Amino acid sequence: MNYFLNEEQEMIRDLTRKIADEKIVPVRAELDEKEEFPREIMKVLAQSDLFGLFIPEEYGGLGKGSLELAIAIEELSRACLGVATSYSANALGFLPILLNGSEEQKKKYLPDIAAGKKLVAFALTEASAGSDAAGVQTTAVKEGNEYVLNGTKQWITNGGEAEINTVVAMTNKSKGTRGASMFVVEHGTKGFTYGKKENKLGIRASSTRELVFDNCRIPEENLISKEGMGFIIAMKTLDIARNGVGAQGVGVAQGALDASLDFAMERRQFGQAISSFQAIQHMLADMATQIEAARALVYAVARHIDAGEKEISKVSAMAKLFASDVAMKVTVDAVQIMGGSGYMKDYPVEKMMRDAKILQIYEGTNQIQRNVIGQALIKEGAKKK
Amino acid sequence: MKIVVCIKQVPDSADVKINPETNTLIREGVPSIINPFDMHAIEAGLQIRDKTGGDVAALTMGPPQAEGALREALSLGVNEAVLLSDRAFAGADTWATAYALAGAVKKLGADIILCGKQAIDGDTAQVGPEIAEFLDIPHVAYVRKIEEVKEGYIRVQRLMDEGYDIVESSLPVLLTVVKELNVPRMPSLKGKMAAKKAEIKKMNRDDIGIGEADLGLKGSPTQVKNIFAPEIKADRKMFEGSAEEQVKALVAEMRNIKCL
Ligand SMILES: Cc1cc2nc3c(=O)[nH]c(=O)nc-3n(C[C@H](O)[C@H](O)[C@H](O)COP(=O)(O)OP(=O)(O)OC[C@H]3O[C@@H](n4cnc5c(N)ncnc54)[C@H](O)[C@@H]3O)c2cc1C
Repeated sequence: MNYFLNEEQEMIRDLTRKIADEKIVPVRAELDEKEEFPREIMKVLAQSDLFGLFIPEEYGGLGKGSLELAIAIEELSRACLGVATSYSANALGFLPILLNGSEEQKKKYLPDIAAGKKLVAFALTEASAGSDAAGVQTTAVKEGNEYVLNGTKQWITNGGEAEINTVVAMTNKSKGTRGASMFVVEHGTKGFTYGKKENKLGIRASSTRELVFDNCRIPEENLISKEGMGFIIAMKTLDIARNGVGAQGVGVAQGALDASLDFAMERRQFGQAISSFQAIQHMLADMATQIEAARALVYAVARHIDAGEKEISKVSAMAKLFASDVAMKVTVDAVQIMGGSGYMKDYPVEKMMRDAKILQIYEGTNQIQRNVIGQALIKEGAKKK
Repeated sequence: MKIVVCIKQVPDSADVKINPETNTLIREGVPSIINPFDMHAIEAGLQIRDKTGGDVAALTMGPPQAEGALREALSLGVNEAVLLSDRAFAGADTWATAYALAGAVKKLGADIILCGKQAIDGDTAQVGPEIAEFLDIPHVAYVRKIEEVKEGYIRVQRLMDEGYDIVESSLPVLLTVVKELNVPRMPSLKGKMAAKKAEIKKMNRDDIGIGEADLGLKGSPTQVKNIFAPEIKADRKMFEGSAEEQVKALVAEMRNIKCL
């Protein structure tokens, strides 16, 4: 379908696809098998300026928007969702700095991030704070001109690989969600170590790790915005990033459709290609239709965000919810179309199916997305009265 | 260090079809790419530049649409792109092509000239060494590693059937490179955006000062009669006698089998 992309957007798609086909597809099975972080691929993405897409030109980036980011994420996800997750989580990590950082913080961190010299992680989740982000126990106590952090973040994407971490910690527990603050913690800071590295069902090329803060002292300049702004910044960050999860869904689903379509046209049973069976054609038709609908929604939400619209929570939750459900359904169906072959590691679809599941869980489960959408609807309804 | 990389735009296919009547390549309908070996030459040029400073120019002789290949080279990071184009170049064989390219290299000036070992559409592997001969400079073919480069000196590894040679040379030198040399980089978005707007330097036969007789079809002694993969014969013949006698016998034998 023609999405009226401009020449630069087409260029971003072409280049990302070229990298995906030439550098990612040949190694994705091995990265998955060995649960290996794709450092070499990250270098290629850096050299190609892809880490600078969403960062303004004055900080060394390309100054593009959500649509360009979605296109790049989609193409990476078509090849490997593990790689795409590492790339996307980087954006999730720098958004707090980009959205609410001071001029000094932006100047200090963004150019290296845009150049791909430093990777970023975003650390909100803890053992007691999953869907209920207000359960954060990590504390940040001001002592002189420093903050002292104590606590453990869990399941942090890019954990251990990132040079820069944006971390939510409580500066005033008695104030609940209004007592949380957002900090930058750099790799190598004393008192900051990495804990358990997870062994996962899917997106195994991405690193998911604990961040452990044990009397970790950081300078007060590392506070983003003001004390008490932590959750607001985190929610603003997620509002933008969630559409990227939608783009991941579109990409992995497209990859699965492509693989199963190729297979269906080759595989012969009962004297004919299985693609000649209506049962198979109808599955392919549904998959393609759902993917196109998801892509249309993700691109439309990206344009909505790029136009500077204020209300983005509801629509980005919709894009994440819909596209991730499509990704799950399409990847399961791709395995079904390919039968036993689909179940084997010789083909990429079993990995895509394992990978796709995460999209319904991270950056807020799909139940939580429905909560966000539902609450927005009720708010809108109340306004009309 | 001034580096010139000679690149060729070729059809994107390893098995190009040949028109059986004219014995020429059928190019219609096949997308164009930079000759894959030339991608390694570009990468080598960029790596030398990044180490020693200086600049890299990409040079191609071809029709106006060869500009596409030059823009791709620009997106990879070469400093300058030169299109050597003239109707009079049409029909050039490797001799006439190398003669024209040598003329352009002379105008541009170069310490190191890099070429791919061969073009995938013609597979002759002749143009690189021929350019060096026309320029009267040394060349090393099949370079698989560049060990050291400094002012006036280079040391490289040349891939051989069994193992490799280490070759030292003065500069200027021409190298033809094999794919083992490096992994070509991907273009960057900034490079691509800049390449779209960059100016391509154009040269024609007047700029390189070459007469009609040395150009294009007229300047091309080659006539293609048939194209086939050569049979590999591994005969060995030992000569006896004094060195002088052996050399005489060798020359006679080479004449006999039409090597000389
Ligand atoms: C691979 C991976 C990578 C991750 N990367 C990061 C990262 O980089 N940074 C980071 O901060 N976090 C990260 N996370 C954490 C992720 O965002 C959380 O897992 C997610 O928000 C859900 O929290 P939970 O797993 O604790 O589930 P829980 O909150 O315990 O939820 C369990 C179930 O209960 C449901 N549920 C909970 N509350 C409600 C409710 N109110 N209404 C209806 N249903 C509800 C949920 O939908 C879910 O089905 C990552 C997680 C994984 C698995």
